[in-house]
Amino acid sequence: MAAYTVEDKTRLDNERTHAPGHLDLLEAHAVFVLREVAAECERPVLLFSGGKDSAVLLRLAEKAFRPGRLPFPILHVDTGHNFPEVLDFRDRRVAELGEDLVVAHVQSSIDQGRVTDPGPGASRNRIQSVTLLDAIEAHGFDACIGGARRDEDKARAKERVLSFRNAFGQWDPRNQRPELWYLYQGRVRAGEHLRAFPLSDWTELDVWGYVKREQIDLPSIYFSHRRPIIERSGMLLAASEWTSPLEGERVEEADVRFRTVGDATCTGAVRSLARDVDEVIAEVAASRVSERGATRADDRFSESSMEDRKREGYF
Amino acid sequence: MTAYAIPVVEPSATEGGILRIATIGSVDDGKSTLIGRLLHDSRQLLDDQVSALATASRRRGAAALDLSFATDGLRDERDQGITIDVAYRYASTPRRKLVIADCPGHVQYTRNMATGASSADLAVSVVDVTAGLRDQTRRHCCVAALLGVRSMIVAANKMDLVGWDRDAYEAVAAEMRALAARTGMDAVMVIPVSALNGDNVVERSESSPWYEGPTLFEAIDAAPAVAWANGGSEGSRLPVQWVLRGPGKGRAYAGMVSGGTIGSGDEVVILPSGLRSTVSSVSTHDGPLGRAHPPLSVSVTLADDVDAGRGDMIASSASPPEVLGTLDATICWFSAEPIRPGNRYRVKHTTRVLPARVEGLEGRMDLESLQLSAAAELRENDIGRARLVLGGQIAADAYRSNRLTGSFVLVDEVTNATLGAGLVELDGRTVDRSGL
Repeated sequence: MAAYTVEDKTRLDNERTHAPGHLDLLEAHAVFVLREVAAECERPVLLFSGGKDSAVLLRLAEKAFRPGRLPFPILHVDTGHNFPEVLDFRDRRVAELGEDLVVAHVQSSIDQGRVTDPGPGASRNRIQSVTLLDAIEAHGFDACIGGARRDEDKARAKERVLSFRNAFGQWDPRNQRPELWYLYQGRVRAGEHLRAFPLSDWTELDVWGYVKREQIDLPSIYFSHRRPIIERSGMLLAASEWTSPLEGERVEEADVRFRTVGDATCTGAVRSLARDVDEVIAEVAASRVSERGATRADDRFSESSMEDRKREGYF
Repeated sequence: MTAYAIPVVEPSATEGGILRIATIGSVDDGKSTLIGRLLHDSRQLLDDQVSALATASRRRGAAALDLSFATDGLRDERDQGITIDVAYRYASTPRRKLVIADCPGHVQYTRNMATGASSADLAVSVVDVTAGLRDQTRRHCCVAALLGVRSMIVAANKMDLVGWDRDAYEAVAAEMRALAARTGMDAVMVIPVSALNGDNVVERSESSPWYEGPTLFEAIDAAPAVAWANGGSEGSRLPVQWVLRGPGKGRAYAGMVSGGTIGSGDEVVILPSGLRSTVSSVSTHDGPLGRAHPPLSVSVTLADDVDAGRGDMIASSASPPEVLGTLDATICWFSAEPIRPGNRYRVKHTTRVLPARVEGLEGRMDLESLQLSAAAELRENDIGRARLVLGGQIAADAYRSNRLTGSFVLVDEVTNATLGAGLVELDGRTVDRSGL
């Protein structure tokens, strides 16, 4: 049997003339997923961290549901360790959209004795799961739409677009629902819920390409700025009221930017002079270190830290 | 052989769209290692990912870098040395973005393989030349072909273990070409590789001077893209997903173009009601479109105030799909609880959800002969033919002509678990289009 023929190649070239680009296809799919979740679930919510992925997610939600209102509120799980630029950005975006914001505070979970305070300066990343699951239960959410991408981590790479969580919020990676074609199945029983990931097939570069194309506003800390930092186990942590130098460490002024935005105590910066989206895209394309490898202290802890957190109900 | 000879792929080089690839084949034939090798040698594993692989490999006593860990990301997978569920990895060739679904080979996880293959344009089938074709090689090829994957690249793997013996390669190549032809694959290419050592994956091997074809990476770059969502539907298909309403605006029907193309002025029919109208506009949030192609998400307005909502399909009135109250379908069964005549399920087809009852089983498919033989039930990982009676009607095309409007899933009415996948068959019906 012949391999690919000249006719195949010609046909391909003809088809491509009219074919949408890869960002158009990613956008179309994400919009489809958002509409399926809104239609199939009783009480969905959109998780918003103030990071670039959730900023893209909000833009896609507008594309899916305008001129109507978004058919879900926006939930921010606030660890209390925030970059002020990110909170400003969150409040600005929510006000522009005119949508409802729910804030769930990790500090409240600590005050109520739901979780133990890991202590000043320690990361609250892991204990966010409790706050998130409590918020899900309190509001009766049956689907949490998040901006996680499969290229971020090897456990995320295994996860369905609509990912089932049992009544304890747990992910069972050995026993996921089959998910064929575009047939996303959104129904759950009371107490169970879904995590929905419309950006599953996007990479970090896709997100930046889309930010550029759509001129999406982002917190300023994604671009190069000068700030005091502390180098710790190869990570550049922002010096702040929660993070101060340990013995043998020193505070240094450096030109940095953030590749991800999360809990300020465990999100590392990268040295960078990239001041705008084009420069960031060039930098990311040339980088030999992955997004989380460069910036997330929590994922360096063990080989399966993301898998373990996801089993507990993490984002 | 020198690794790292390939230039880093520029992000702008993806105007060739997206090619979706699924790896298929038996457990232990080397699918995950091959994908790890492909990513590694095309410099698409980053430095921290390579060092994490090295640590994980050392921890499990591997002598060298175990590249299968690039996709086997779960702890259980690494400890057991098998793939349990699909891993999605993203890469680029000079022409296109790749979405690679690395599927499990074990028979127990066929449901996960089907998940990965259902949206694939291209199958990369891995065969261990020291073992030849196995049951799972045939099963996966059959499932991929049934799911509509029309082209396949075969990696004849572990060539280093047979001393790059050309006869061993030719034997596997001949068997795989015969299998592909029997299952209905159009294009197949067989490449002799060693995933372990990287021969003919990204870098051309010096061990196979008799092989003049492309490397795997080159073959993937050149593989024909299948605009599969176009299906074979000439007429437009738009399953209504959501009704958009804004202050002072009319109703717009939002959904994914799932066949043909749709544009203003098109004469359409709303199914299953049969009401007719004309498309006034097709747009996205960014503004009006000329003609919209699959699989774009759009919204359309109609000239008439007709009743339409989620679950209805807007379709070309000149070339509509079939409206069906009973379904003849090929069923891929995933549940440990068998499917039997009389059982009740929920069907999700496009955006429509209906109750269904199994009226009869026509038989179970033998994966060697591809013939149906009588069966009282289909068990986990079986494929067969069934007739379902629906608690309503759906507008469907045959799966072989349209993957989006010809597919459905069977869902447990109580637990909401997805139990099986269905492919609509229309060959038992007399479809007379002569008058259209």
